[in-house]
Amino acid sequence: MRFTRTSKALGIAAIVALAVTGCGGSGGGGGQAGADPNKVITAYSNEPQNPLLPANTNEVYGGRVVELLFEGLRAYGPDGKPVNALAESIETADSQNWTIKVKSGAKFTNGEAITAKTFVDSWNFAALSTNLQNNGFFFESIEGYADVSAVKETKGADGKTTSTPAPKAQTMSGLVAKDDSTLTVKLSQPEADWSLRLGYSAFYPLPSEALKDPKKFGENPVGNGPYKMAKETGAWVHDQSISLVKNPDYNGPRTPKNGGVTFKFYTDPGPAYTDLQGDNLDVTDVVPPNALKTYTTDFPDRNATKPSANNSTLNIPGYNPNFQGEAGKLRRQALSYAINREEITKVIYNGTRTPAKDFTAPVLDGYTDSIPGNEVLAFDPAKAKDLWAQAEKIKPYDNSKPLQIASNTDGGNKEWIEAVANGFKNNLGINAEIQPFAKFAEVLNLRKAQNLPGLTRAGWQGDYPSLYNFLGPVWATGASSNYEKYTNPEFDKLLKEGLAAKTPEEANAKFNKAQEILFQDLPGLPLWYRATPIVWSNNVVKAETGWNGGILYYNIEAK
Amino acid sequence: MSNNNHFVAPVEETPLQATDSLKTDQAPLSLWADAWRKLRRRPLFIVSSLMILFLLFVAFFPGVFTSVDPGSCQLSNSEAGPRPGHPFGFTLQGCDVFARVIHGTQASLAVGVLSVICVLVIGVTLGALAGYYGGWLDAVLARLGDIFFALPLILGALVITQLPLFRENKSVWTVVFVISMLAWPQMARITRGAVIEVRNADFVTAARSLGVSRFGALVRHVLPNALAPVIVLATLELGVFIVAEATLSFLGIGLPPGVMSWGNDISSANASIRTTPSILLYPAGALSITVLSFIMLGDAVRDALDPKSRQR
Amino acid sequence: MIRYIIRRLLQVIPVFLGTTLLVYYMVFALPGDPIAALFGERQPPQSVIDALRSQYNLDQPFWVQYGLFLKNLFTFNLGVDFTQQPIAATLARIFPVTAMLAIEALIIQAVFGVLFGVFAGLRKGKLFDSTVLVASLVVIAVPTFVLGFVFQLIFGVQLGWAKPTVGANADWGNLILPAVVLGLVSFAYVLRLTRTSVIENMNADYVRTATAKGLSRPRVVLAHILRNSMIPVVTYLGANLGGLMGGAIVTEGIFNVPGVGNKLFQAVQRGEGPTVVAIVSVLVLVFVVANLLVDLLYAWLDPRIRYE
Repeated sequence: MRFTRTSKALGIAAIVALAVTGCGGSGGGGGQAGADPNKVITAYSNEPQNPLLPANTNEVYGGRVVELLFEGLRAYGPDGKPVNALAESIETADSQNWTIKVKSGAKFTNGEAITAKTFVDSWNFAALSTNLQNNGFFFESIEGYADVSAVKETKGADGKTTSTPAPKAQTMSGLVAKDDSTLTVKLSQPEADWSLRLGYSAFYPLPSEALKDPKKFGENPVGNGPYKMAKETGAWVHDQSISLVKNPDYNGPRTPKNGGVTFKFYTDPGPAYTDLQGDNLDVTDVVPPNALKTYTTDFPDRNATKPSANNSTLNIPGYNPNFQGEAGKLRRQALSYAINREEITKVIYNGTRTPAKDFTAPVLDGYTDSIPGNEVLAFDPAKAKDLWAQAEKIKPYDNSKPLQIASNTDGGNKEWIEAVANGFKNNLGINAEIQPFAKFAEVLNLRKAQNLPGLTRAGWQGDYPSLYNFLGPVWATGASSNYEKYTNPEFDKLLKEGLAAKTPEEANAKFNKAQEILFQDLPGLPLWYRATPIVWSNNVVKAETGWNGGILYYNIEAK
Repeated sequence: MSNNNHFVAPVEETPLQATDSLKTDQAPLSLWADAWRKLRRRPLFIVSSLMILFLLFVAFFPGVFTSVDPGSCQLSNSEAGPRPGHPFGFTLQGCDVFARVIHGTQASLAVGVLSVICVLVIGVTLGALAGYYGGWLDAVLARLGDIFFALPLILGALVITQLPLFRENKSVWTVVFVISMLAWPQMARITRGAVIEVRNADFVTAARSLGVSRFGALVRHVLPNALAPVIVLATLELGVFIVAEATLSFLGIGLPPGVMSWGNDISSANASIRTTPSILLYPAGALSITVLSFIMLGDAVRDALDPKSRQR
Repeated sequence: MIRYIIRRLLQVIPVFLGTTLLVYYMVFALPGDPIAALFGERQPPQSVIDALRSQYNLDQPFWVQYGLFLKNLFTFNLGVDFTQQPIAATLARIFPVTAMLAIEALIIQAVFGVLFGVFAGLRKGKLFDSTVLVASLVVIAVPTFVLGFVFQLIFGVQLGWAKPTVGANADWGNLILPAVVLGLVSFAYVLRLTRTSVIENMNADYVRTATAKGLSRPRVVLAHILRNSMIPVVTYLGANLGGLMGGAIVTEGIFNVPGVGNKLFQAVQRGEGPTVVAIVSVLVLVFVVANLLVDLLYAWLDPRIRYE
């Protein structure tokens, strides 16, 4: 999932691993005793950017609403383990042909039954290029996706190419509803971890009215999840709030422990935090940067910090002449050794992030902190200087301009980038500074155009709990988020082998093998993993976050 | 001058012969010279001038006040308190606060003073012409001001700094340009209002009937009497501009990241406001002292220029 | 007089065209593809981006885009923003909120600024004068984000006098706290402008005449000194109304006021041309009307000023 200014939410988050469950949770001791299962809680959020259609929602604020309104074939437990929700069973013999049994009797809140056909229709709707769904590419593994997503490229008079949707088929051939309860899916190639993603919002079922008029539906969505919109129309007050209430007919793994959730919109997380201090808001997942050192004392016994599937990296574009060839390789290592991850996570983030040990995140199945080559993530100024000096002998560094680290400044990134730049200055003797941009779009433009003067920050939040999700979309050749256009055939091959592996263990071994290549090439420097500190008001017994750092709103007990 | 004729411009300023451009040029000199004679004896003026000279000295010779390198920051010193050699403590990044305040003087003063000068030149000229001549000139200039007024600061700043001229060389001048472009209408409006108020005054009519040219009357009689609100606005805006620089820099459209300024430090201090608010106080204090000096200077100049207080 | 007003109102047309053209062009010239930016780190296929670009006419040359905007405007159809919301509905939601905020702020700064300014002017150089000088320095030097935050913490959280943020409950009462913060910076201007004017006018003939006539001190101050000192203050207040309406970005952010400043900032950040221009168009009308009122007030404050 993306990190943009709107997801600064997550940007600001963070910690990790073993660290700190802090004072968290201790308030929960009393638990159920004082809990009121019908009380509505209020939560920090912001205006969703798109109509609330699962396959169109790719940012956090819409995502958290959609996740409560809908239920998919699977759902992720608090630890990220997928459990079957609407699926009775999911089976495959060869990782390519999948048979999914859909539970019978499931209904949308408008009474419409959910069958295998519901999924076929919803997924075809999401994948069809003319429907312009942001998350349509999540179906790219399914056979026939190429046809429904086909585009026509036309060259304009000004030489610009414009691509317009030109699907060759309306439905994906690999997707078939055998009967009301049997769904078969054929992938275009074997993918061992395919079923992991079935809990992601793009795969949620849609009622038929959504397919008829998606825009209208997106204003007042009707779903099958633990919550429903508080009113049939107008529960979403634009720029102010969205009100959800418990869905009494819900019967799945995410049973609500409260009466409803009202998301109040804030353009800035700071005021939400102050509101919480005045018990004017019940829970937030974004502690503003200037409160990272005080939130445990501002909210004693009312805070928690749990690691989540998020990481931050510092990307080094391969097209930068200073970082090419043998000298470039030494310099990339030198930069990595010159970053004091331990100190920055402690001082700037007060321990709400932990130093990275790989390119993925520790909450994932298959994660290991001992990938060969990850010693470059240690802080070693002497070694950094030494490597830099070696590189100087091969090819002198162009120090005429400071080494710039590009970032939009509205996401709480300024502080750590300045700290990293100061580290480069102090430990390598080169001039380094932040290259600030007012708009995320500007950085993105430079990255897409391969035009960055220096380095850039990057980050990844898991869409679904899988190592591959942190490696494929970011570092594979030609991948959608591989803006610096890193390419290494050997890495691509290992990923492919991992996807085709018979068991998840075998797959993870391949993925971690692939990471060794990343550590040799260092196309980006892993920095740290985020954890999400959350705080809650006196009206809440306790709250917690899930595997991806999102609050488990259904689990919040109010009093 | 005596009490009963002080609404009329002084005799020695008013040529009795036919208007003569050479002679009309001489007259304003005596007005300003008169003001200067009074000014230099006023304690308010002396004190404020000394303060401003001191600030200029700090701006040009920061090395005299601190030998600490403000660019050398150790994270291990983050938000540390004062200690010998570091009287104000350290920022979040572990930079010496005192050294940063001293070294930030130059850019901050430059941004503030240069922007105010530009705004004064554009705003006072256009505002005075619009207010004095009225009619279509007023309509055009005032409506032009309305258009600039309506430009959102961030939009204007974002676009201006994307112009090829500014994209590659951000400097103090970029910031001055952006601020001046967006702040002159306010000044023009205030000047225009003051000029409209004064242009019908008896002494202006008197001067005109004594043969002073229309433009001459504007420069010699109307403007000096309309300056009071202009000075007030200018001195306060000095401080506001210095802070505005921080907003622009934060958006990536202000000073280059390497340049130190109070505005930058004030906005960076936001990250420490809940833990170590004192980091904010020092650059904000320096800013206050600067604004205070200029307010005092402005007051002194206004007093000296005010014909009604001449006899005092 | 009536002719003057009509002429002034007619001038709205070129100002309106000029502003919309300029602002539309500026948004057009902003770097970065606004559609691509909607998606962040994970980009959809180019066809999705291109289709959205054409949906918002972003693939058209500037003049076509601007022409379409004008055409829509005259048919009272402002279109939708990037989140598919009708822009007209957004305007109807944000402007009343910000108007309340701006009016409250304007009243606060006008009343207290003038009051303190008069006293400071009458007691020039005395303790009160110096105290308000220091106070205005603090207001200038301490940035709004700090002032707002401190007020929020003290009055909203610790004393509990007001809700820390406004959010959906934007009414006169809830907006007082942000209005105070918003009015404070301009308060310094109003105060010092009033003070200076009062000092200038204190020694004027007509004041002495009035005093000599035996008028009471309050009457002299109110009817003579104050009225004649108001021109720069009124000018400033009129010009500032626009700033309060469009420029309250920081204050609206801190107090989570769903108003114009917040929306405008967001729209500029997103490069949403139609939204920015729509908001600015309304702001222009506010400026022009406010400035006209100011000019009419001149004539009332100073009978020597006449419009024909």
